[in-house]
Amino acid sequence: MDEKKYATLEKKISPKPQIARNMFTAFVTGGTICLIGQGISLFYTTFFDFTERTSSNPTVATMIFIAMLLTGFGQYKKIAQFGGAGAAVPITGFSNAVVSAAIEHKSEGYVLGVGGNMFKLAGSVILFGVFSAFLVALVKTILVKFGVVSW
Amino acid sequence: MKKGLLTFASRPSIAATGVTAGPLEQQSPFAPLFDKVYDDERSGLLTNEKGHAKLVEDACMIALSKVDSKPGDVDFLLLGDLVNQMTPSNFTAANLEIPYLGLFAACATSVSSLIMAALLTEAGMSQCTLAGASSQHNSIERQFRYPVEYGSQKPDTAQWTVTAAGVAAVTPNKAGNPAITKATIGRVVDLGMTEPLNMGAAMAPAAADTLQRHLDGHGTKITDYDVIMTGDLAKTGFELYKTLVEKAGMDTTTNFRDAGVEFYGNDSNFQAGASGAGCSSTVYFTDIYSKMMEGEYKRVLLIATGALLSPLSYQQKETIPCIAHAIELTMK
Repeated sequence: MDEKKYATLEKKISPKPQIARNMFTAFVTGGTICLIGQGISLFYTTFFDFTERTSSNPTVATMIFIAMLLTGFGQYKKIAQFGGAGAAVPITGFSNAVVSAAIEHKSEGYVLGVGGNMFKLAGSVILFGVFSAFLVALVKTILVKFGVVSW
Repeated sequence: MKKGLLTFASRPSIAATGVTAGPLEQQSPFAPLFDKVYDDERSGLLTNEKGHAKLVEDACMIALSKVDSKPGDVDFLLLGDLVNQMTPSNFTAANLEIPYLGLFAACATSVSSLIMAALLTEAGMSQCTLAGASSQHNSIERQFRYPVEYGSQKPDTAQWTVTAAGVAAVTPNKAGNPAITKATIGRVVDLGMTEPLNMGAAMAPAAADTLQRHLDGHGTKITDYDVIMTGDLAKTGFELYKTLVEKAGMDTTTNFRDAGVEFYGNDSNFQAGASGAGCSSTVYFTDIYSKMMEGEYKRVLLIATGALLSPLSYQQKETIPCIAHAIELTMK
């Protein structure tokens, strides 16, 4: 059997990704995570001296902390298996990527293990995140300079 | 092409087996037959790799205890696993001090090590050889995929690496034990599959190729066997393999089994099923071995499949070359 014929057969027999179901669970999971985040944000603006804008820092830190605990107790991977991108995209997914790598590489020591591998998965998120932020900022700066938009 | 075929006239025997498994594997339908199960993935040791080595060493010692032997009585130790440079097997060999050959055929090592053991016995150079293969979920996942706690959604075609080790003690023919009579060394088959989360699909053509070559080369047919069991194709791969075999005009409905499909029952938490070098070796050395000892199976064909990829090769967008080795056991 040649490669093309086999590829066709493989496509026919392998179970298809359940896109509709995955989109729904991702929506529910991501939405729930954001709802919790909104609740925490509300908590900080209500009970502490934060504005809607300044409350984002402690909210993000709290969400990262919760995801860290869930990762350590082996629960985040279950949420992610159910929620897919809904669990990966919010800041909690980023936390999970960092913490899971740190836990994984503790056996190789703190410097070569944890330190050297902690950003193994999250590193590309940071790199391309910072780079795309730079590009967007550049575009906006130019547009503001020419008076197309304002800050 | 009648190459790579082996016939063992002296009929070396599998005198005993030793099987150890991790905590999740206790829910396997084969668990009652495991010699030892651990409540901790690392067997209470500091690292996953140490736990992995313990799994292998215990399986070796259990197999030896069943033939009233100690490591000093063994001529050769033939082991393989999936960790880089096979350190768990190497550490086991260091502790047992048996002359050692490390073998790598990915998940097909269960059969490739048995074939080597049979060859050494057939040549009259071994009175007792330990042959086996193992895998440990955490140490394999971290190497081939992501950290264990990383949340990534696995597709339905993904397989779950088992934590288990299976070792067989191979001796010259011993009445009342399964004998190794024939084998076929596989060819590497690569039909261009690239998805490491669908390894069953990559391995299926290799299994079909080896089956065909074994049947043609040794002049046997499917109905000669009580069971023809593949190692870890799992649901998707097993379906593809059966389709390929049926296209070649054979009937797969009666005696085809796959260890990967059966290992965790039908639990969808494990997606398509089990994989890993420990999957085929433990099922072969528990379920198949005991059914042969009880006389339920008289003649079986075991085909273990291995995906010969590395994390580097798939990141470089290479295809997944695969191999399947076959061994035939008979019981008089």
